[in-house]
Amino acid sequence: MTRKISAERGRIQISGFDAEKVEQREPLSDWTEESGDETQTRWQRGWERFKRNRTALIGLAVVAFLSLVAIFARPISVMGTTVQPFSLAPYDPAAILYLQDPSIGVYDPPSSTNWMGTDASGRDLFSRLLYGGRYSISIGFIVVVITASFGTIYGAVSGYYGGWTDEIMMRIVDTIFAFPFLVMALVIVAMLGGGYWQLVLAFSLVGWASYARLIRGEVLKVKENEYVMAAKALGARDKSVIFRHIVPNAMPPLLVVASLNVGTVVIGVAALGFLGFGMPPGSAEWGTMLDQTRETLIQGPDGTIPWWATVFPGMAIFMFVMAMNMIGDGINDALDAQETGAGQQGGA
Amino acid sequence: MSDAESPDGADENPLLRVEGLQKHFQVDEGLISSLLRATMGKEADYVHAVDGVSFELERGETLGLAGESGCGKTTTGMSLVKLHEPTDGRIEFRGMDLTESNDEELDEFRRNAQMIFQDPFESLNPRMTVYDTLAEPLRIHDIENETARIRRALEFAELQPPDQYFDQYPHELSGGQRQRVAIARALVLDPDFVVADEPVSMLDVSLRAGVLSLMERMTEEFNLSVVYISHDLSLLRHMCDRLAIMYMGEIVEKGATEDIIENPQHPYTRSLINAVPVPDPDVGRERVELAGEVGDAIDVPSGCRFHGRCSEYIGDICETESPSLERKAEFDDDREVACHLYDSCGERS
Repeated sequence: MTRKISAERGRIQISGFDAEKVEQREPLSDWTEESGDETQTRWQRGWERFKRNRTALIGLAVVAFLSLVAIFARPISVMGTTVQPFSLAPYDPAAILYLQDPSIGVYDPPSSTNWMGTDASGRDLFSRLLYGGRYSISIGFIVVVITASFGTIYGAVSGYYGGWTDEIMMRIVDTIFAFPFLVMALVIVAMLGGGYWQLVLAFSLVGWASYARLIRGEVLKVKENEYVMAAKALGARDKSVIFRHIVPNAMPPLLVVASLNVGTVVIGVAALGFLGFGMPPGSAEWGTMLDQTRETLIQGPDGTIPWWATVFPGMAIFMFVMAMNMIGDGINDALDAQETGAGQQGGA
Repeated sequence: MSDAESPDGADENPLLRVEGLQKHFQVDEGLISSLLRATMGKEADYVHAVDGVSFELERGETLGLAGESGCGKTTTGMSLVKLHEPTDGRIEFRGMDLTESNDEELDEFRRNAQMIFQDPFESLNPRMTVYDTLAEPLRIHDIENETARIRRALEFAELQPPDQYFDQYPHELSGGQRQRVAIARALVLDPDFVVADEPVSMLDVSLRAGVLSLMERMTEEFNLSVVYISHDLSLLRHMCDRLAIMYMGEIVEKGATEDIIENPQHPYTRSLINAVPVPDPDVGRERVELAGEVGDAIDVPSGCRFHGRCSEYIGDICETESPSLERKAEFDDDREVACHLYDSCGERS
């Protein structure tokens, strides 16, 4: 306010009020039905909130970046035709470089040609790191999609029907929970042998139980709502009550858990890899890469420790999982605040 | 109003006949507790939510169910639209026994019986637009002309212009508007029978009159039979032809609304009516205060369930013999009372 404060007696100075602005603003009577009928769904509002959350956006950017880099690291061809011709990685991740170029050795430190150095077999670490995302990230997402869908159906059926159905279904879940997550996955992989789909299967078999339990709890809560009663009173079939009324309203916590779970699965895959149970030795999966350079943590081949061989793969795992957790927290905040926001918006 | 008004004239039966309706809920249903019970040879405990309710409802008639909270009004209402499977008793709709109906008959019943719930913030799915909410019953029952019917129902519920509400979500509407949407949802199938469970108790006082007059119009125009469930006797007096007063899962008095309000006979009814505030400081009246708490619905009191709180307690008979709901010699209206104070006229209900 540039106006001088008047010291005249009997005058009230109102700060922050500008008569001109009030006179010039659009009259309320111009407001028509069209100008105000934009409706925002819960998800739109959740997204708005998510967008304002800087941490979550950074997480999303990191995950998107790592995923894109993994996709474009080497060409992808499906049944002979190349669907993705780009190749960001300077070398073939499986190529043993000293066979082609004798100047490159085992455990070369980072240099201008090998940005992250080479590993125990003289392979380019940078290329392997980019390529390795394909295994870790895709296993993470595939496992979460499988476990979340199966767990949702299982938990919804269990919670909705209740009684003995619920009792038996939940005792099965308890049985799965009785085994530690990683140990059970390890046992399954040990039985089936390592490999991509074996890992997916192992983590899916142990992972669905937590979704089932979560969704069951949500369903128990949601099914007491009057709109579920109303749908039943209208004669809606069980299937439509579950999938139109109950599951959509039980979704927010599921999304949060699922996004956090991607990170858990990636860590689990890396951990199995580190124990030598994941992908076949030599494949460029992050955990397996760590496993192969494990002994160098104490002493490298020539007495020095080649830190790059363990730090970079470890960093990749750390960054991805951290970013996934940031996204998960962001979703949690967006949908949570959303809940309270919706409550305040109501009112008769 | 109570005579056979049905257009097809085929029904001699009342629209709805409820006989000895009972709904008991098992208290402890878990695996462990049922195993424990089995090993220890104990019987399961039950909450006697509704314990032998009987009444009839003619076409176009409105019945009020009144009583304090926990007396089983809502459970009765839910059993009437088959949201609960009754433990015992019969519900006949147009002469068809609902407890033994097949899927097809049940479908038919669902199309004709609707429920309006207490809380409009709860009874609409927050993820569905008004249009989808109203379209759901039509889709369930394969009824054509979806949009036209929805438009008509919204117009009837005084949500004008209807098209403007199509894409709105419940949280964008006010409480009154939501309850109107809920009413429109009940009416979109053109039902014969509606259960309204405390339809306005969650609404702002300023909105109640509007919603109530809408419901009155709905009863009249659709020639609906309505069961109103409420603890608010002044509301029921306004809306209902007949009243039934419930206490601990049983009907203690039933009859024409005016008879009961003006001249209550059961001690419990009297104390209920006495509790209704009169907005006039000069109206003095004798207060009948209810002593004590509502009895235990699990371990039901013997004899008359009201005997522990009754101001007219007349002796052992109240504690040993359960009074039946019947016509009494003292009254010439068609009132039925369950109380030992009055002489039975020999004709059981």
